[in-house]
Amino acid sequence: MTPARVALGRAGSGLPTEALLDFTLDHARARDAVHAAFDVAGLTASLGVLGLEPVQVASLVPERRDYLRRPDLGRICAADSRHLLESRARSSCDLVLIVADGLSPTAVKLHAADVAARLLPLLKEAGVAVGHAVIARGARVALGDEIGEILRARLVVMLIGERPGLSVPDSLGAYLTYDPKVGRTDAERNCVSNIHGSGLGSVEAAFKIAWLVREALARQVTGVALKDESTEAMVARLAKPV
Amino acid sequence: MAYRQAIDATSYVFGDLRDLLAKATPPRSGDRLAGIAAGCAEEMIAARMALADVPLQQFLNEAVIAYEDDEITRLIVDSHDARALAPVASLTVGAFRDWLLSDAATGVALAELARGLTPEMVAATSKLMRNQDLIQVAKKCEVTTRFRDTIGLRGRMSARLQPNHPFDDARGITASILDGLLLGSGDACIGINPASDDPAVIGGLVRLLDSIIARFDIPTQSCVLTHVTTTLTLIEQGFPVDLVFQSIAGTEAANRSFGVNLALLREAHEAGLSLKRGTVGNNVMYFETGQGSALSANAHHGVDQQTCEARAYAVARAFDPLLVNSVVGFIGPEYLYDGKEIIRAGLEDHFCGKLLGAPLGVDVCYTNHAEADQDDMDNLLTLLAAAGVTFIMGVPGADDVMLNYQSTSFHDALYLRDLFGLRRAPEFDDWLVRIGLAGTDFRLAGNAGQLPDFAAKLIA
Repeated sequence: MTPARVALGRAGSGLPTEALLDFTLDHARARDAVHAAFDVAGLTASLGVLGLEPVQVASLVPERRDYLRRPDLGRICAADSRHLLESRARSSCDLVLIVADGLSPTAVKLHAADVAARLLPLLKEAGVAVGHAVIARGARVALGDEIGEILRARLVVMLIGERPGLSVPDSLGAYLTYDPKVGRTDAERNCVSNIHGSGLGSVEAAFKIAWLVREALARQVTGVALKDESTEAMVARLAKPV
Repeated sequence: MAYRQAIDATSYVFGDLRDLLAKATPPRSGDRLAGIAAGCAEEMIAARMALADVPLQQFLNEAVIAYEDDEITRLIVDSHDARALAPVASLTVGAFRDWLLSDAATGVALAELARGLTPEMVAATSKLMRNQDLIQVAKKCEVTTRFRDTIGLRGRMSARLQPNHPFDDARGITASILDGLLLGSGDACIGINPASDDPAVIGGLVRLLDSIIARFDIPTQSCVLTHVTTTLTLIEQGFPVDLVFQSIAGTEAANRSFGVNLALLREAHEAGLSLKRGTVGNNVMYFETGQGSALSANAHHGVDQQTCEARAYAVARAFDPLLVNSVVGFIGPEYLYDGKEIIRAGLEDHFCGKLLGAPLGVDVCYTNHAEADQDDMDNLLTLLAAAGVTFIMGVPGADDVMLNYQSTSFHDALYLRDLFGLRRAPEFDDWLVRIGLAGTDFRLAGNAGQLPDFAAKLIA
């Protein structure tokens, strides 16, 4: 009926011990998710298996507490990362795929490679080539604007850890930005959020992202002007026998 | 004008009142993010020393945001009551703090003073105060409002029952309402934050709340916290709207980012009044605010986040609200980093709101990426109850499963009632006794495991 914590009983005016401990466990998990180390090596390896050779970059954020306090720094590439990207930039490309830690490195560890594995065949089928793959540390969503601009991408897809909730510490989000450049606003992005075990599964998420990629490239826009109408297409597609 | 303070060989200079206020502010991440905080602790205290010597009159001469540029400044200036300020008009900020702490500053004196105070005067004074000062002075203020019950009477504290659900499921919401009522919460209002912004869904929730309140004759009011334009449409369509909700901020530009201005709020206020659904009074507005909202909308004009917040209360009081709620820790660690900053901000907001005459409640809350936990919330909750907070939130198990943050629970309200002997709104207390949920001492009746008659009906 509801995931809310109802009918907990009471001990005097307080919470019974069991309810208290349940709550503190969930909070502990959410805290761990926020502060989990970002496993760049593991992620590089799992993306490698998919045939991607990710470039590793970082924002200006020196450490985690600065990340939480200074979202502005998380939106700017560190100088050496910028130089690295500039050395990789070639002629323009359709798509840059970025995997970023965001507010839940745990979500990235658990779901990012899986979503990418489901997404790549769909992109291939649509004739969209992944120009570059990037792993970004200390990243906010807008860091993708600078990365995409340097790599001359028509479209950026960023998979990033979402703010952990008490019930779900490992939710992943996907943000799409057409014609990425510094100064884009959130109204100019599309988002597929709530990707996790009890939310949107990686198959459905990959389908939605691929649908949005195709439409964004065709209509040359993301954001409020591009409505996610993928559900109908997905129902038709997933109903077909494989 | 510039303000100066010498400490030993160092001469600190503050460019204008706005700069002085920002530099005098107790540390918080939002002001650092904005680049307006003091550079070091000594500079912060130098700013406070300079601020203590500023006459209150100076706040009427020097606006922190220009009168021409901002309708909130115009509201503050144009509605200022010079006669109300008269008893303290000759004081400096520092002397005003001393006066507030003195026996001369009675509840009656403070109520009469409210319309003479500007939000900037109040914010400035709070920056010179320790937490105990904020508690002590706020406690003297009594702001009473009415709709179907009476909120803000001395010795009482109310709770908003917040039965949110991730996809607005009527049965799920009803389960949370039932849980809250059984635990004696809901006298401030039953207020849902809807997940959807679809007017059809919102209208359905308005009817759901109306039917529950009407069926069991609960002396409380409903609110679905959606954009004011949606509520206006529902009112036009004849939906049974009790309270009109809107998030507001302390600058015109920040309010624009919320899609509102004073004219629209005036229209909404009048629409709410026209329904005449209150029984013991007609305070129809419910506002929510929070430090950092102006900065987050890039609409702060270099004004520190606490002063911006106090200006939001000037907006609120212009519409005789039933409830004003500072959602203090919701915004995240880039504005209030940890438990210490959240606690300080919660006490400041409550003090400023009450002194300005607003019925201030606080959503004592935090997100999982803030350096805070339930112990910090217990501390703030207890301090606010000591300060006479008007209302708090009641969320099942303190876990809001729609907005994904931690607030206060029905249990937390019970804890404060036990600890401080705080009663609910009188009409609501009587109702609890009448239906058998509370004893004649207004404490919850023992839980015999059997649902009261009304509860059985509600879930049938």
